[in-house]
Amino acid sequence: MASQNLQSVPAELSPEEQEREAAGQAYFDRIISEDSRIEPRDWMPAAYRKTLLRQISQHAHSEIIGMQPEANWITRAPSLKRKSILMAKVQDEAGHGLYLYSAAETLGQSRDQMMEDLIAGKARYSSIFNYPTISWADMGAIGWLVDGAAICNQVPLCRASYGPYGRAMVRICKEESFHQRQGFEILLELSNGTPAQKQMAQDAVNRWYAPSLMMFGPPDDDSPNSKQSMAWNIKRFSNDELRSRFVGMMVEQVRVLGLTLPDKDIRFNEETKKWEHGPLDWNEFKEVLAGRGPCNSQRVERRREAHENGAWVREAAVAYARKQAQKESAA
Amino acid sequence: MTTKDVSTQETAKDTDFAIDGHGDISVGVHGAGASGDGSASATRITPGNALRPEDIALEIQRGQVKPTEDVAEFALRIGDDGLILAQRLGHWISRSPELEEDIALGNIALDQLGHARSFLTYAGAAWGKSEDDLAYFRREHEFRSAHLFEQPNGDFAVTIARQFIVSFYQFELYTKLMESTDATIAAISAKAVKEVDYHRDHSAQWVLRLAGGTDESRARIIQGFKLVWPYVEELFEDDELTTRLAAAGVTVQPSSLRAEFDRLTGDIMAEAELEIPGVPQSLGGGRRGKHSEFLGYILAEMQVLAREHPGASW
Repeated sequence: MASQNLQSVPAELSPEEQEREAAGQAYFDRIISEDSRIEPRDWMPAAYRKTLLRQISQHAHSEIIGMQPEANWITRAPSLKRKSILMAKVQDEAGHGLYLYSAAETLGQSRDQMMEDLIAGKARYSSIFNYPTISWADMGAIGWLVDGAAICNQVPLCRASYGPYGRAMVRICKEESFHQRQGFEILLELSNGTPAQKQMAQDAVNRWYAPSLMMFGPPDDDSPNSKQSMAWNIKRFSNDELRSRFVGMMVEQVRVLGLTLPDKDIRFNEETKKWEHGPLDWNEFKEVLAGRGPCNSQRVERRREAHENGAWVREAAVAYARKQAQKESAA
Repeated sequence: MTTKDVSTQETAKDTDFAIDGHGDISVGVHGAGASGDGSASATRITPGNALRPEDIALEIQRGQVKPTEDVAEFALRIGDDGLILAQRLGHWISRSPELEEDIALGNIALDQLGHARSFLTYAGAAWGKSEDDLAYFRREHEFRSAHLFEQPNGDFAVTIARQFIVSFYQFELYTKLMESTDATIAAISAKAVKEVDYHRDHSAQWVLRLAGGTDESRARIIQGFKLVWPYVEELFEDDELTTRLAAAGVTVQPSSLRAEFDRLTGDIMAEAELEIPGVPQSLGGGRRGKHSEFLGYILAEMQVLAREHPGASW
């Protein structure tokens, strides 16, 4: 890959190199100003590459780690139809992880390296997956709230300036919207079921509501990277803007579910024309992000275990391919 | 039911037909069939054309189909095979050696579960029970799956060895069942055989890679086969039920599938330079409700939530 170097351009470039850099920068600026797309072989600022690589790999890791809380209920799903849907959903997430790792690879980092960073605890993933899934209704709440929040975040990313990322997001968003509908349907069925089922649904919504709001990231005045990402047409709307839209959507949908959101402060501000919500516990958010959530070490350990237990299989596939190639060249 | 030897080429032709009452179940590509043709992807069947358990349930509800007691008992056997295997395979999702295998094993589990849902839905019609009544509210001795399907996943090699035996067995079985005199059994099998053909390919490719990969992978696949091979014989055992159903053309005697199974698995084993393990064959008994120690734990996990809320709908 052209640039593994994520530092800013060193000063000691030859005149030709300086000229090439300047031309590249001009091209990049024009593409961004036209709201068009940067492709893998185009020149791009080192910081743009670094920001994207971090964002896309974090997103990929979130898909992969996010498989675990839901895989937790595959064997116990209460009907065969639900079992089948849940398996397909978790499988979709593995697929999303694959597209995203591939998109990130176009920026010059290998999937192996990204996987190692994840296992070593160097890479982040969405903090919400560090909460446990303790009831079946959590499958509904994750689909409805967590995937719902993810969609709010991700639909604008379909227009991200980096081509491979934007294109991956189109496919992912289509599948995510199915995921959200199936989550909604699980909750609807529970809400209209026995009193115990309805209680299970409400309890799950109560637990997942605040963490899902925090998925949009810190408040705008505490989100230092947002401004640059918006200038680069990676991010299109601020964290608070997206969060407010999400709250508005959920307020409508929760009525259909016959459940409530655990937030008495939700209101529509007539002046700003935006939905507002009650205070969020950003201290807890930071604690979980720092590794002190209920499942942080469990999630990474599972990934490490799967990766290390599978090493001999991957080695076998490589050795076999090498032997076959040798046979062919000898023939 | 004819006993002609159905080669892969003949199967390709046979799977293209539509079966009345289930809509067009062909993949819509002329000449595409169970031969592993890329255009025959089971995942490309649109929901409008795929045979779903819900379609069968609807036909049952309308009184259009009802299995005899014997057919229901037979559907229960193969339905339970798929269900228990899906339960085992589902555990791999998020634990596989590669993300691609999370997807592949997940896909196989989903296919097996899909077949199980169809067979159990059909079986249940004989007794006024739903697929979920049968899956969640029967006890160990009421399950009819063979022992192979409940064997633990072990490491990846054990799972592959088990899948290799299962998919070559199921391919032979479903190929014959496509010609069943029972239209529903034939229709479910026609859909299943295309999917199982991919399972054969997946497991055979891995058998070759593990056997011909590293010393470690070779040792592991040899051990994997040693662990699961005792449960091969049970798959091919005839009994009173299969004798009656074979006479009626609903199925063939399981023993009649053995020669082709041996030939095709033998080809792959030979290419992989693996010996068929000389291990004693287990007595089996799964078809009569006699199971190993494993099934109880599988059911405990699978049924726990449904049994906590009897009568609830999900």
